[in-house]
Amino acid sequence: MRQISMRDAINEALHLEMARDPRVIVLGEDVSGGAGGTSGQRDAAGGVFGVTKGLLPKFGEDRVIDTPISESAIIGAANGAALAGLRPVAELMFADFLGVCFDQVFNQAAKFRYMFGGKTSCPIVIRAATGAGMNMGAQHSQSMYAMVTGVPGLKVVVPSNAYDAKGLMLTAIRDDDPVIFFEHKALYPRKSDVPEGDYTLPFGEANLVREGEHVTVVAIGRMVSFAEKALDALAADGITADLLDPRTLSPLDDETIYESLDNTGHLVIIDESPPRCSVAADIAGLVASNAFHSLKAPIVQLTPPHTPVPFARELERAYVPGPQAIEAAIRKMLKESRAAS
Amino acid sequence: MSLPRDLLLRAYRQMKTIREFEERLHVEIQTGEIPGFTHLYSGQEAVAVGVCEHLSDQDWIASTHRGHGHCIAKGCDVQGMMLEIYGRRDGLCKGKGGSMHIADMTKGMLGANAIVGGGPPIAVGAGIACKIAKCGNVAVAFGGDGSANQGTVFEAMNLAVVLRAPVIFVFENNGYSEHTGASYAVGSGDIAGRARGFGMPAETCDGSDFFAVYDAMAKLLKTARAGGGPATLEAKTTRFFGHFEGDPMLYRAKDEVARHREQMDCLQIFRDRVGKEGWLQSAELDAIDTDVMALIDSSVAKSRAAVPPSASDLLTDVYVSY
Ligand SMILES: Cc1ncc(C[n+]2csc(CCOP(=O)(O)OP(=O)(O)O)c2C)c(N)n1
Ligand SMILES: [Mg+2]
Repeated sequence: MRQISMRDAINEALHLEMARDPRVIVLGEDVSGGAGGTSGQRDAAGGVFGVTKGLLPKFGEDRVIDTPISESAIIGAANGAALAGLRPVAELMFADFLGVCFDQVFNQAAKFRYMFGGKTSCPIVIRAATGAGMNMGAQHSQSMYAMVTGVPGLKVVVPSNAYDAKGLMLTAIRDDDPVIFFEHKALYPRKSDVPEGDYTLPFGEANLVREGEHVTVVAIGRMVSFAEKALDALAADGITADLLDPRTLSPLDDETIYESLDNTGHLVIIDESPPRCSVAADIAGLVASNAFHSLKAPIVQLTPPHTPVPFARELERAYVPGPQAIEAAIRKMLKESRAAS
Repeated sequence: MSLPRDLLLRAYRQMKTIREFEERLHVEIQTGEIPGFTHLYSGQEAVAVGVCEHLSDQDWIASTHRGHGHCIAKGCDVQGMMLEIYGRRDGLCKGKGGSMHIADMTKGMLGANAIVGGGPPIAVGAGIACKIAKCGNVAVAFGGDGSANQGTVFEAMNLAVVLRAPVIFVFENNGYSEHTGASYAVGSGDIAGRARGFGMPAETCDGSDFFAVYDAMAKLLKTARAGGGPATLEAKTTRFFGHFEGDPMLYRAKDEVARHREQMDCLQIFRDRVGKEGWLQSAELDAIDTDVMALIDSSVAKSRAAVPPSASDLLTDVYVSY
């Protein structure tokens, strides 16, 4: 099958859905680019990560809207357009800029349906680049998905590969609730098999990336590929794992985690956001409440430390949980568990 | 009227230092040794220096993602900045901040800022502190044409007017926010006019001309320091590089940068003026050029050889104690 990057996979989903549904619009800073420039070239950026490239030439300025730097107005306008019957896909550029427009996300979009007695929908998608690993510093590298996962009314997607990203984006745009779609910057160029046509992936259904017997590894976003590397190394010693990629954090497929734990009894959660009130902590809490008797060892949460994302290469490398740290954590857990039993 | 000789010499030195710092970074970034992404200030030097030559360490500035020029003009240590940009342990922010987060409170430098529109409200707070201290100090909020469209900036401007806070909002209109032209994104095209709408005086000036910036700032500062409240300066300028290093600049006419380097080079404009007026000799300026090159060379050499932070540094500085 054809391999394309996650960037191109999301781009393809946007093209498909804009062609299929005239209500879909795209808005954000430089989603096309070149407006007001001196070269006369439009689509000069196609988004700062190139994800919205080619949409403007195809769908025109009414539906592909370059905005000023005004995040509150961008997300607010997406909300209003959604209430008025459109299906906006708003690009926030870096997820860190949620800080500028958080009211429109969690007071407005998240609550319309509930506050208005279920009589309205706010079908927006907010696309945001997430994650560390490119030395972009403390205000351009955060993993903010836990913050929005905790808000009732928002759906949260964190794809780990190109195939999932395309199918999940198509689902996100067709979903009648507000969806925050976190795209890891380091995954944009990563290629995988992606079918050409239309396909959707359901929300709230974890992907069993690998099957194994000794441990259940739950990994989010970029951490999935790191976990795979760690498991490759462990396979040499006969250690195998169920590797689960939740794909959507809200809704969360916790049932699949419990089922896997039934077999393995050991849980390692790998999350790129800081440890307190994180998705790792949330999953650990759910498991402790609902599947305690499956556990043969304390749950391991592998996350960065409780610090902002540092700039220097050496510090950022130490900050992000990498394949070696994951491998070491799994080995340690199984060893201690064996010693205890 | 001529400005004092030492001021002219210092202003030139500052502008030249910024220029060479940035031109050198442009080259060094190609080697891959510098982490992250960097926004260069080349072309806009006259704005930072024309503004900051009026300021002391007791005055404050809030900067932007394109902050190296503001930092140097405000007196931040050049070697310390270079180390920081290389992500070294002895950098101004211990390698934790990087290019977009250089700060030095001892110099009245409230920080570069990677959030567009993050700085102006902070400057208003510093202005409030100045007002309470009654020492005639001020705060300056630097921002670009793109930042002039951010709600936080409007809130800051109105708050400063309401409180009569001594804050100067300096908008460096270089024609672009990222890949989008100001003629598209700034509704009226008239940033100074917006400021007047909030009820504060505003000037526009040629941001490639140190003297134009310096004079406009002098006028606005007079009222601000005397308790007359905020003011705005819109400086028309240009950037000589892309938005960030690596930007192919598809949105700019092919010859635009070359043309602007030819016609809007603040260093050349300064040299022409002080020569024509007979204020400074070109040999004096050449000597400064030599000094500056040596400073940049040694800053880069030391930064390349410097040690990185160690993994244990990761956990410090999050709180005062924990
Ligand atoms: C809140 C926020 N939105 C968007 C960005 C991405 N961004 C960084 S710089 C920039 C353009 C800024 O334009 P301008 O204010 O004119 O400053 P210039 O880059 O021209 O110096 C944008 C959109 C950001 N850093 N912060
Ligand atoms: Mg600009």
